[in-house]
Amino acid sequence: MENKVSYETIERRDQRWQTVRHVIVYALLTLWGITVLFPFYWMLLTSVKSYASYNGEHIPAFFTLSPTLQNYTEAFTAVSLGRYFLNTLLFTVGTTALMLIVIVPAAFAFSRLNFRGKNILFALFLSLMMIPNELVVITNFVTVTDLDLRNSFLGLILPSVTSVFYIYLLKENFSQIPDELYYAAKVDGTSDLKYLLKVMLPICRPTVVTVTILKVIECWNSYVWPRLVTDDPAYFLVSNGIQEIRENGFGRENIPAMMAAVVVISVPLIVLFLIFRKKIMEGVARGGTKG
Amino acid sequence: MTAEAETIKMENNNRKAWLYLLPAILFLAVFMVYPLFDVFVYSFEEGYNSASQTFTGIGLYNYSYVLHDPYFLQAVQNTFILVIITVPLSTGLALLISVGLASIPKLRELYQTVYFLPYVTNTLAVGLVFMILFKRTPYTDGLANLLLSLVNLGPIDFIDGPYWAKMFVLCFYTVWVVMPFKILILTSALASVRQDYYDAARIDGTSRFRMFYKITLPMISPMLFYLIITGFIGAFKAYSDAVALFGTNLNAAEMNTIVGYVYDMLYGDSGGFPSYASAAAIILFAIVLTITCINLLVSRKHVHY
Amino acid sequence: MKVVLQNLSKAFPSRNKKSKDEVIAVNDFTFEIPDGKLIGLLGPSGCGKSTTLNLICGLQKPTSGRIFFGEDDVTDLPAEHRGVGLVFQNYALYPHLTVRQNICFPLENLKGKDKLSKAQMEQKALAVAKLVQIDELMDRKPSELSGGQQQRVAIARALVKMPRVLLLDEPLSNLDARLRLQTREEIKRIQKETGITTVFVTHDQDEAMSISDLIVVMKDGVLQQIGRPQQVYDDPANLFVAKFLGTPPISVFDGRVADGRLFIGENDVMDVNGAPDGEVCAGIRPEGFVLDKDGPLVCRLNGVEVMGRDISILASHSACEAPVIRAIVSSDNTVERAEDSVRFALKRHKVFLFEKESGKRIAFQV
Repeated sequence: MENKVSYETIERRDQRWQTVRHVIVYALLTLWGITVLFPFYWMLLTSVKSYASYNGEHIPAFFTLSPTLQNYTEAFTAVSLGRYFLNTLLFTVGTTALMLIVIVPAAFAFSRLNFRGKNILFALFLSLMMIPNELVVITNFVTVTDLDLRNSFLGLILPSVTSVFYIYLLKENFSQIPDELYYAAKVDGTSDLKYLLKVMLPICRPTVVTVTILKVIECWNSYVWPRLVTDDPAYFLVSNGIQEIRENGFGRENIPAMMAAVVVISVPLIVLFLIFRKKIMEGVARGGTKG
Repeated sequence: MTAEAETIKMENNNRKAWLYLLPAILFLAVFMVYPLFDVFVYSFEEGYNSASQTFTGIGLYNYSYVLHDPYFLQAVQNTFILVIITVPLSTGLALLISVGLASIPKLRELYQTVYFLPYVTNTLAVGLVFMILFKRTPYTDGLANLLLSLVNLGPIDFIDGPYWAKMFVLCFYTVWVVMPFKILILTSALASVRQDYYDAARIDGTSRFRMFYKITLPMISPMLFYLIITGFIGAFKAYSDAVALFGTNLNAAEMNTIVGYVYDMLYGDSGGFPSYASAAAIILFAIVLTITCINLLVSRKHVHY
Repeated sequence: MKVVLQNLSKAFPSRNKKSKDEVIAVNDFTFEIPDGKLIGLLGPSGCGKSTTLNLICGLQKPTSGRIFFGEDDVTDLPAEHRGVGLVFQNYALYPHLTVRQNICFPLENLKGKDKLSKAQMEQKALAVAKLVQIDELMDRKPSELSGGQQQRVAIARALVKMPRVLLLDEPLSNLDARLRLQTREEIKRIQKETGITTVFVTHDQDEAMSISDLIVVMKDGVLQQIGRPQQVYDDPANLFVAKFLGTPPISVFDGRVADGRLFIGENDVMDVNGAPDGEVCAGIRPEGFVLDKDGPLVCRLNGVEVMGRDISILASHSACEAPVIRAIVSSDNTVERAEDSVRFALKRHKVFLFEKESGKRIAFQV
């Protein structure tokens, strides 16, 4: 049948097209994948090249046959990378914990309790979301300086604690819990606080975890505020530390050691990401923005 | 519930609710609301001396100073170039990649995971890697120049060299950093378009291009505009990327941004001028607000929901 | 355009990735849809009727078998080249386009010699909109329309390119009860006026019976029976079809054939010459019961519902599968509600016998 032949040609043409399209798409996607991964590869590679061999390469080598961990030792001994690391850990844990203590009750009040002025207050909170950090950082800098909190953990942590956006995110989640649960708990004589801790938080655990992870990422990468309020290297976080290493570094331009420090700084978050991949990506998709 | 009981409940909750909200309100008041007003006050105080905390008068001198400061004008120029190049480029590229991701049958998760990596890295730290990739030293021309030499170009020092070379690296790194968020948002927007629409269009013999242009694009337009708006805001606030590549002395490198100018005025070698910093911050805010409003007006015309 | 399905099968890989089993959604399907008819594809959910529809329109490819539109073998033809119209269960109207733009959408895809001018498109769109009576709503967005109106737009969009075959997937399931009645008449009218061969999928036997020229009953991917609605109702091929069609449903009893007589419980109810001896299932349609003081079938009387034209008698019998037997009799009869029991005679052509294991129909002389 004549028709049949032409139909088969149509199908074959369609299929050939699809194959060609897939090849092109995969090629482009892989190209971007390489663009993303290459810096990571380069940093790992450089970090295991010895100082001499790195500086001996006029044309950079794409692999090394004699990897060394010397640079990592140097990163921890020649500069106070360990100190920066510990500071960042303290800062991250402190800020995140304090944030949870602040935002959970606030979200609870907005979602569960009735009080006069609730809607106005909530609108005010939301409008604060639009205030850029750059506007308030100036006064905060002056305030912290006046309070003599420069070069202290309090000065680092306090202004970084609140996030209106996370209050909003948590409140939305809290509001989804049916009222009946609350009334049932009330009838059983449960106090509000106990209800919050024993019922709401466990139910909303995924959101709480998401908020926590997002805040941890934010803290680990924060640079601007720590730079403003610390000039004593004893209080540097990793971001400032790496900048310090870059500018005053190892006494000489020791790029492999610098890369070792970069690897050490990058690894914790990448590991965290690989463990909580789904949660982090969901959380960010729900409205997180960088920084 | 009777009206009386209702009132009692309200009364009880009033006090309790404020108690629950107290920490948040305290923090926000001290570190957000008060500074917000204060920054305007600073910006109008002329001749402010941070050591004695005195000022000589009230007026617009700070604004005038900032607007005539060549460093500020350089920063504005840099920021605008950065915004105009990176926002369309990153959004377009992210759209391309997301559409590509949606069309492949396998390995989608792997690609998504890889693409998200820059989001969870320390901007300052990874910026150093970009620096060494592009930097020319006495020992080596660096990897970027190796690639350039393949097409008989260069060598160029991208970090300490000509202005446009430095701007290129800055834009490249900025795009690299903002892509994960955009790809993620667009991928989930694309996934939320129901398969039905595509099936219906297919049965009607719609070409792929038309399907994309007439169905996909309008359906994800709200998310696309969200990305463009947040992209503009984010790019106007660029700073750490530049520091990562060119070090803290951005004025010397001619690579300062508006935010960088604010911080430099506040603190560091050229710092100690919170009034100038405030004026610059408010000018930045005004620019961002204007652009955002224009964006919203445009989006109202083109978004169909 | 007649549509022929020949030994059509469709298997999906099992959801459980480890097992190699396949789920067979459509199993060796063969039937012919005559030109210009309205066909109801009927079956419980998960019986493969939507898959069959997707195979006809080309959204899915069959594992084996062929599909013909008229004389053309379209099995390998992708959906976009088949020239079918499909109305989706939830309409799939483009929310960002107006009714007019939605209807014109398929026309704008035409290329080459088929390409239409703006005026021609407008004219065609208006004509089809008039046909489905939405010409007043052309500039609205789908979100501004009621469910029934959206349904009409979806039909208009499917019809505007004059498809060779029109396919409707559960077209009425998203409408409320009153609209459903109204819309199904509409579909019938539109199909009559256009004369396009139409297949529609439904799980509602009422719907299928009332508007189809032919109904196709499916179960677990296997075709059970094809025929005119009345014919399938009056002459079901097996127990499944008998149970699936008819409201109130058929009453099924455990019965026994001995010497050409049918026994239900202890009652010797009627002679069934030609049926072999043995255990059987006996199905009796509600209208097959006749009130008779001396009738052979003795049931316990549970209640009486008066419905105007008819009376519905609720009874029970130990041999019946269901706890309640519903018998519909004319309201000329009177039932003594105080009585404990009620006796029925049976209309012979409303009684069907089925094999106990397979559910196959057993013939007997009527």
